[in-house]
Amino acid sequence: MQHNFFVRRSLLAAAALALSSAALPALAADKSVAVTAIVEHPALDAARDGVRDELKAAGFEAGKNLKFDYQSAQGNTGTAAQIARKYIGDRPDVIVAIATPSAQAVVAGTRDIPVVFSAVTDPVTAKLVKSWEPSGTNVTGVSDLSPLDKHLELIKKIVPQGKRVGVIYSPGEANSVAILEALRKAAPAAGVTLVEAAAARTVDVPTAAQSLVGKADVIYAPTDNNVMSAFEGIVKVAQQAKLPVVAADTAAVKRGAVAALGLNYYDLGRQTGKVVARILKGEAPGKIAPQTATTFELHLNPGAAQKQGVTLAQDLVSTAKVVVK
Amino acid sequence: MSLFASLGAIEIGLIFGLVALGVYLSFRIINFPDLTVDGSFPLGGAVAATLTVAGWHPLAATAAALAAGALAGALTAWLNVKLKIMQLLASILVMIGLYSVNLRIMGKPNVALISEPTVFTLLSFGDLPEVWLKPLILLAIVAAAKLLIDAFFASEAGLAMRATGGNPRMARAQGISTDRYTIAGLALSNALVALAGALFAQTQGGADISMGVGTIVIGLAAVIIGETLMPTRSLVLTTLACVLGAVLYRFFIALALNTDFLGLQAQDLNLVTAVLVALALLVPTYKRKLSALRPRPAGAALPVRKEAR
Repeated sequence: MQHNFFVRRSLLAAAALALSSAALPALAADKSVAVTAIVEHPALDAARDGVRDELKAAGFEAGKNLKFDYQSAQGNTGTAAQIARKYIGDRPDVIVAIATPSAQAVVAGTRDIPVVFSAVTDPVTAKLVKSWEPSGTNVTGVSDLSPLDKHLELIKKIVPQGKRVGVIYSPGEANSVAILEALRKAAPAAGVTLVEAAAARTVDVPTAAQSLVGKADVIYAPTDNNVMSAFEGIVKVAQQAKLPVVAADTAAVKRGAVAALGLNYYDLGRQTGKVVARILKGEAPGKIAPQTATTFELHLNPGAAQKQGVTLAQDLVSTAKVVVK
Repeated sequence: MSLFASLGAIEIGLIFGLVALGVYLSFRIINFPDLTVDGSFPLGGAVAATLTVAGWHPLAATAAALAAGALAGALTAWLNVKLKIMQLLASILVMIGLYSVNLRIMGKPNVALISEPTVFTLLSFGDLPEVWLKPLILLAIVAAAKLLIDAFFASEAGLAMRATGGNPRMARAQGISTDRYTIAGLALSNALVALAGALFAQTQGGADISMGVGTIVIGLAAVIIGETLMPTRSLVLTTLACVLGAVLYRFFIALALNTDFLGLQAQDLNLVTAVLVALALLVPTYKRKLSALRPRPAGAALPVRKEAR
């Protein structure tokens, strides 16, 4: 029975460790907010920081009168499920869940702790909420759906003669597929046709860009992790083929996109933080309607425009928040 | 660690216990390094979630997931034994291909199951809350799977399968069709993994295309933790050790999630888990060293660690 003895002893050691962590005095906190994200990523991290800063502005300061926890699942859905369980067991006042898989794991696990999702593009398809109306449940949040009709307008301002819009996206990202479906619906009204190019992995992105040469008049880069990771590969193809690139993420403009009317994930986090603060002050999450981002910034890069064969109209440049030199 | 977090670790640990059983079967019994599981785990989730949303009975959807996993495993084995593609490569090919297949099945990268019926909503015992209900149902499913596997390996077919992995030349000399048993073994292994994927999707709110990432690593870790902490030659105990290893692994992650008081942060999670598991694996080694130092009665045999097979 020696083996059993050792299993038991290591289990005991594990239990002791767990107890010692539980026995530590909790921060003297009036309120507690627990944040979980599926993976660490500049956009998602910015959303988390936005939540924290907005809460501070609303009088809930992390470390003072607010216990602010953060856990990332490091890309693993099994770990995301365990983080959800840990938080539900900790019973914070609000759980903030960033990105679809993390939000689903939390929402599947609790019907009473308020849950505020953030950076989920399509919360209705993800079944976090039934509709965009106030849910009546413990769930509300902020979606990062891009303003696609505004993006198509911007594309027409940059390439007025362009009718064929090439889109590079990953078929494996829920957010990107949701955007693609919305684009398919919006394209006819905007008078453009879509040319789709799927890239399952980062290394497929330049090939996908190449496949658009001759078939599209402009490349649209959505808020897609693969596309943003391999963005330089798209810019290279665009310069050779004189195909302008318009992006959804403003960070892409510095990296060589002609323009982006973007969602700023830090602002998205601040917007999420406002919802969290309302709940901390006593509002019921079920009475707050899920929202989409409200603030967008126009960023332009005239140098990239020149290299990609277009010139930017002066009235467009004058409305830009940032013009990259 | 809260009770809720502990029950969560047990629940997810039991699901990955099925993965560990599958991995034990392919790696240890059939002696086939099979990476198909990274594809068959989400395949199980995709099939079960899609069929449930389409209106299938949750049990039928789960059974279909199991069958889909068996097909995937059989395909890997077939590529190897019939087309003579290297074992690792054959399994990688099927794993890569399954990514597209899973997207086709789901029609999108994420199928939600939050308000749909699942095998867990079918059963309810009075007022027992879901937190207790899920681990209990999973315990019954995993125990049944373990006992069925044990019974199978005690049967003639099971012994033939063990011979196939242990000594294929001898097995063939005995008239055993090693090709057929390799195909059957991998089918069984991946059926278990797909069942785990189906149950995971049903407990965690849906199937996601990314849910297979690292399944093989977790499965192997569970098998090795189990074997190390409970070295035995008995197959019945080894299958138990695999399940316990998977649950223990999830407890290490739960512990790692509670290490913020040490100044460790969210980005350290995987590293903390790795260190904890490494420490657990060191326990038997140090135990051996300690007992070697102790004076022993004359004539006592030196402790020999038996490699579990």
